[in-house]
Amino acid sequence: MQFISILLAGVLTSNFIFMQYLGLCAFVGISEQFETAIGMSGAVIFVMTFASTVAALFEQFVLVPFGLEYLRTIAYILVIATFVQLVEIFLKKTAPSLYKALGIYLPLITTNCAVLGAAMLNVKNNYGILWGTVNGLAGALGWSLAIVIFAGIRERWKFIDIPEVLKGFPLALISTGLMSLGFLGFSGLFKTLLK
Amino acid sequence: MNKRSLIGEFTKGLIEENATFKMAIGLCPTLAVTTSLVNGFWMGVAVVFVLTFSNVFVSILRKVTPDQIRIPVFVILIATPVVIVELVMKAYLPAMYQILGIFVSLIVVNCIVIARAEAFAYKNSLLRSAFDGLGIGAGFMIDLMLIGAVREFLGTGTITVGSVVLPPKPLFEPMSVMLTPPGGFITLGVLMTVLNIVFQRAAAKKAKTVS
Repeated sequence: MQFISILLAGVLTSNFIFMQYLGLCAFVGISEQFETAIGMSGAVIFVMTFASTVAALFEQFVLVPFGLEYLRTIAYILVIATFVQLVEIFLKKTAPSLYKALGIYLPLITTNCAVLGAAMLNVKNNYGILWGTVNGLAGALGWSLAIVIFAGIRERWKFIDIPEVLKGFPLALISTGLMSLGFLGFSGLFKTLLK
Repeated sequence: MNKRSLIGEFTKGLIEENATFKMAIGLCPTLAVTTSLVNGFWMGVAVVFVLTFSNVFVSILRKVTPDQIRIPVFVILIATPVVIVELVMKAYLPAMYQILGIFVSLIVVNCIVIARAEAFAYKNSLLRSAFDGLGIGAGFMIDLMLIGAVREFLGTGTITVGSVVLPPKPLFEPMSVMLTPPGGFITLGVLMTVLNIVFQRAAAKKAKTVS
């Protein structure tokens, strides 16, 4: 039951983009084309899920036993950066086709605040290793859902006439706001189901 | 590019290279913590501190940093002031630390800080980098306070700073949606549009006087 509730919360009710404002730079920056949005989503799902596991392991076996919790930020960012680098090397050797598809997006993920944000939220909610990983996966799926929908909307902008002052970021933000308003509607939907 | 004066390095961050409205980077904290003017102010203070010190550190070490590993080096140099801010805030402003939540730690992956390290501090002298950090940080702080003020005013009907409440009574029925995430996105989108119109008018006027 907890599995479903964390998953639904991550994808719908507390979506990373629409409800928690995590990973917005990449969301606005890489959503111009449907294809690239899909590629980035794949990379984010992969990295965020396993980075959450690695960060949770690190928390449990290094930071807590040695009383180093105050260094969490600096430790996590190093763990994530190292992990991304390792994934890149590993994929290059073992799955060249996947590496080719994700290649350019992987290094970008280190500075995607959704990844570090997911790891931080896991600690804040005391999720531990297993649920932390599930939460990372759920968050990544929610993020991907958001960017794929948004890229679909953005592709249509090419065919419509947009006022000069609204072009680019202002319109992107306003439409994200409207989508977010839609996602706000989910917040009541599962209240009875999950409690 | 011709060199600016130190004051110029500071003031360019306020309007010309404004982080939020001109470059649209560092959006996460811009939206997440700006439910009130005061929240925006403290987040701004944290970013000014981090940006100034990370710029200084990067600038000091720019000659000994190998090009290939500069990004990991930047991240560690940025994480240091972030941890300092976190610990100081936790100790002296625990209530504000609770409100700002994980976004204080997330300054470490804020695009503004990394962008300034990469684009400016890595190539410029210590003093110049310090002023650049102060300027961009101050510009960002003004953005946060502006967005915070608009959302607080529309969302609660009043603006509260310490014990001062202005106006004392809401003039209209507060729109609480402005305090929720959708309100944040829409506020920033509309503010950007308005500023675009203002800048366009200013540019047109300038072009007229030149010709």
